[in-house]
Amino acid sequence: MITVKGLTKRYAHNLAVDGISFEVPKGQIVGFLGPNGAGKTTTMRILTCFLPPTAGSATVAGFDVLEQPMEVKKRIGYLPETPPLYPEMEVDEYLTFVGKLKGLRGAELRQRVEYVLERCAVADMRKRLISKLSKGYRQRVGLAQAIIHNPDVLILDEPTAGLDPKQINETRDLIRALAGDHTIILSTHILPEVEQTCDHVIIINKGKLVAIDTVHNLQNRARGGESVLVEVASADGDLDQATVQRRLEQVVGVSRVVPKQSQGTRAVFEVESLKERSIRADVARAVVQSGWDLNELRSAAMSLEEVFLQLTGAEGPEAKEKAEELVAEGATK
Amino acid sequence: MSNILIICRKELKSYFASPVAYLLLAMFALIFGFFFWSSLQAFVYYGIQSQMRGQSFPMNLNEQLIRPLLSNVSVIGLFFIPMISMRLFAEEKRTGTIELLATSPIRDIEVIIGKWLAAMALYSCLLVFTALNFAFLFRYGNPDWKPLAIGYLGLLLQAGGLLAVGTFISSLTKNQIIAGAATFGVCLLLWVIEWPTSFETATWARVLSYLSVVTHFESFGKGVLDTKDAIYYVTLIFFGLFLTSRSMESLRWRS
Repeated sequence: MITVKGLTKRYAHNLAVDGISFEVPKGQIVGFLGPNGAGKTTTMRILTCFLPPTAGSATVAGFDVLEQPMEVKKRIGYLPETPPLYPEMEVDEYLTFVGKLKGLRGAELRQRVEYVLERCAVADMRKRLISKLSKGYRQRVGLAQAIIHNPDVLILDEPTAGLDPKQINETRDLIRALAGDHTIILSTHILPEVEQTCDHVIIINKGKLVAIDTVHNLQNRARGGESVLVEVASADGDLDQATVQRRLEQVVGVSRVVPKQSQGTRAVFEVESLKERSIRADVARAVVQSGWDLNELRSAAMSLEEVFLQLTGAEGPEAKEKAEELVAEGATK
Repeated sequence: MSNILIICRKELKSYFASPVAYLLLAMFALIFGFFFWSSLQAFVYYGIQSQMRGQSFPMNLNEQLIRPLLSNVSVIGLFFIPMISMRLFAEEKRTGTIELLATSPIRDIEVIIGKWLAAMALYSCLLVFTALNFAFLFRYGNPDWKPLAIGYLGLLLQAGGLLAVGTFISSLTKNQIIAGAATFGVCLLLWVIEWPTSFETATWARVLSYLSVVTHFESFGKGVLDTKDAIYYVTLIFFGLFLTSRSMESLRWRS
């Protein structure tokens, strides 16, 4: 549905987006992840035809953003970081206005306005002035205007920024519910949001693509195989950490055992498996057969946060070098 | 075409949803009412005086009352036009709604013309108040309506040109006050630019005199439709709107 090839955007003094390529198939929710200033908003603005790219191409539903912007605009719903609302309008009046802008008329327009009012749960606010709405309602009206013309693609820039936790949950639920009908790209710098909402993640940092994969794969990829946390206790007296570690390392399929903490009769280890090996049953058996107690055995899937830090952190020195190169280049010129 | 009307209606609605339009209308009605009343007083006084002296040269409503009043309106307009045009784009840029317009399937020029037409409509509302005053002259006197109509045409053309320039200035900034002040400066400058030329006949003086918006209104005020002056205003309208479209385009490239 969305194809981006070698997309680059250069402002006067800095490179906001640097040769990003990715594809988003129809019907997916993709999270666009990166620290502030990574180039998320710029990329989204290029996709919505608000900004032209410096180099590279982007197509939405088969239409190029530079060649056929009108066709692209008809197929995209966009919620910028601050919802584009007119405070002096009433909610339904505003939605009608946006619907007209997007080319809807007559009965279809009225029907779509009713639909999005219901869908985004703002129907009871329809006669309220937008200036009188709370932040959460404004965000929902923003979402409502983005989907009013039933676009193929929805682009949401930080849709939960500045909301309270309850509103964040409501907005996330709403976005997930919309996923069936639309292909969605949403940007965020909040990691749990991506874990909860998205199928796929695109991580960018300093304008460069760092990773693109499913949330599940990313978590595993960073670590190799499966990883479990094991807490072992001894029923009688002290527990020798080294002994336990050696015993665990002998379990078939284990690649690495890292002692985490040890307190008297208890010790916690992180046990990593080789690729594609399930080791939980064997680990449990080994512990029990050796006469220890197994207090806890749980999956230690890396949180996306760790993955993110690992990926963007690894890019750090390289990106810094690159930046220094650029400065040097500028100086010689 | 329908996109232009959608934008135009939305703009008009936001003029009248805030106190801006009402304030402008009230102030204008008050100021013009005062001018009308004092001019009428003078007209009546001179009328009586010339009768008492037994002078027979006839008093003329068009020449001696309507014409100077129309010139007054054209100058008062210079003060009101910045207040009409300043919010057009500056407000959209400040609140970010410009992103909605720029990512909707609607052309820049449709947005620009829609907004300009809304500004023209509000200015026309101001003129309606002058028409109310003039209506009394038709009720109790017998002025010629044709010079008055041409005068109104001139006022609309003049306002059109200045509003187009104001629209352009508004598209350059996020700040309404800056847009308003800059537009006011330009309006004043285009008015006073011909003052030093009264005693000069050099080429530079003729150029300055040609640039002034007020000199081009003189013939309209007399009830004469001079193509030269009409072309000046129409050119100003196109020039202003063209610059606005360039400015909107550059918004995308600079941002």
